[in-house]
Amino acid sequence: MSFSVTEPSQRQKWIAGILVIGYALITIMPLLWIIATGFKSPSDAIAYPPKVVFEPTLEGYVNLFTTRTRVTEEAFAALPPPATWYEEIVRDSGVVIAGPSRYGERFLNSVIIGFGSTFLCIVLGTAAAYAFSRFKVPLKDDLLFFILSTRMMPPIAVAIPIFLMFRQLGLNDTHAGMILLYTAVNLSLSVWLLKGFIDEIPIEYEEAALIDGYTRFQAFYKVVLPQAATGIASTAIFCLIFAWNEYAFAVLLTSGTAQTAPPFIPTIIGVGGQDWPAVAAGASIFLLPVMIFTILLRKHLLRGITFGAVRK
Amino acid sequence: MSNAPSDLAARATPEPVARRIRGLSDRAIAWIFVGPTILILLAVNIFPLIWTIRLSFTNFRVNRPNAEVEWVGLKNYSRVLNDPDIWMSMQATAHFLIWTIVLQVLIGFSLAYLINKKFKGNDMWTTIIVLPMMLSPAVVGNFWTFLYQPQIGLFNYVVGFLIGADPSSFSMIGDVNLAPWSIVIVDTWMWTPFVMLICLAGLRSIPDSIYEAAECDRASKWRQFWTITIPMALPFLMLAVLFRGIENFKMFDLVVQLTGGGPGSITELTSINLKREAFEKWRTGYASAYAVILFVTVFGLASIYVKALNKVKDR
Repeated sequence: MSFSVTEPSQRQKWIAGILVIGYALITIMPLLWIIATGFKSPSDAIAYPPKVVFEPTLEGYVNLFTTRTRVTEEAFAALPPPATWYEEIVRDSGVVIAGPSRYGERFLNSVIIGFGSTFLCIVLGTAAAYAFSRFKVPLKDDLLFFILSTRMMPPIAVAIPIFLMFRQLGLNDTHAGMILLYTAVNLSLSVWLLKGFIDEIPIEYEEAALIDGYTRFQAFYKVVLPQAATGIASTAIFCLIFAWNEYAFAVLLTSGTAQTAPPFIPTIIGVGGQDWPAVAAGASIFLLPVMIFTILLRKHLLRGITFGAVRK
Repeated sequence: MSNAPSDLAARATPEPVARRIRGLSDRAIAWIFVGPTILILLAVNIFPLIWTIRLSFTNFRVNRPNAEVEWVGLKNYSRVLNDPDIWMSMQATAHFLIWTIVLQVLIGFSLAYLINKKFKGNDMWTTIIVLPMMLSPAVVGNFWTFLYQPQIGLFNYVVGFLIGADPSSFSMIGDVNLAPWSIVIVDTWMWTPFVMLICLAGLRSIPDSIYEAAECDRASKWRQFWTITIPMALPFLMLAVLFRGIENFKMFDLVVQLTGGGPGSITELTSINLKREAFEKWRTGYASAYAVILFVTVFGLASIYVKALNKVKDR
């Protein structure tokens, strides 16, 4: 390697490395603590001093997915032996399983609403981004700014009329309503990001296709779409993450049927306060997909979170 | 955020070819492609916004749909602006904004500067640092209340251990003096990586040749930092501040779960206060006026700021 004045010295690299790793370890601590707490027993979770070494148990996960009830001693003694491993865990603490909890349902809602709105966002966003990138759309700059500005609004500022509007249309607390809402929230991101990706595809490809006798539509889905596939995939993941994490609209506009996991997890209550292992288990399951996506998305991360305003 | 490449692209399309398409003209296709997006945004963003503005001039209450709705003019606005509670919220928000931005810019820039030293494995550690900001603020905020518990909470234990205090002697979210800092800490933990990433992009955009030239002129490292690194990274830093400013001005989920606005109303940021007026006290007209004032404030501040940003960029 040739000598360069801008290449940091070995010593500088060491110091930088140690400081950054130190910060990273502090950052990751709360996350590791969430995951660890999910595998603790309730008494280990609130032990003083906080327990780093503990006997792992799935009690938190069992509590997360079930509702439990205490029965009289005679009834408890008369029960047949536990049929499943999770029944056994629950019996150990002197209760029996009464039924499933609502976490599964809420998680499924998050999946349905997240993927539904992401799908719509991508379909509408790709079309709009293609048009903005390739055609002379009247008032293009104004429209693009308008699309971006919808993101500046605090959710609560429009929540009241959306609440009224949805009530009128029968969309309150429905999957369709939430999908529509999250689609609108994420469209700005989708259009801006995809426009950036499509701008980068050389226009010559399409020209060649048009000269070969393809129509615009054919050129769009046979030439542009495959070229934009990576960009579309990462845009989709960003839309999904934003819809997945959304809380304000979810807590204001849903109460039962269409409630997603973020408003639900904090309401998991055990005996005398929050059931922390169960909360941690719920949070772990909920946060895990996003953590995986983040690692996969490393390359596009900056673009996605800044609407493509900054490119790495 | 320039559209120049696409304009060029549009112009570069050979007109005769475009016209040869069976059936639809390019213009028609453009409208078919853009139309649905614009319609959805109008229906779910702009229409509700106009509705909010309309409601802000009335005494409508959502929980009393049958009561007569009166047009009250600017009364709601004057009441909002004269409400001491709302000024308290504004102050809490300002405190939160200033401290989070100062801390995040300082730590974020330092981290970016260090990562730019290209030590071994920096990619992996960067990814780890970035994780918190991708998570759900509500879920994370809720779990931090556990970390902040006196005695059993990890945060109290570690801080108590480091400064030699009894972990049960202070409560981050229960103490009026500490509660505002508890949200500043979590927000900084979550969002410093965002500032860091943007700064990193800024630092990487500075061409090496400038430093090489400065080296030839025998400029000291310190001098190079202040006359090259900082000015060249400044537009990126300002962009980070803009994004964080807008996001934190409408901050809701994290704080609702973390402190719920308490103790008392010391951490009641404007969004939380607004939610209380709109969805707990059900003073719809009044809350709408409040929402409009907040919206105008964000927009006003953001546009002034963007002007300044563009000046710095063009320099």
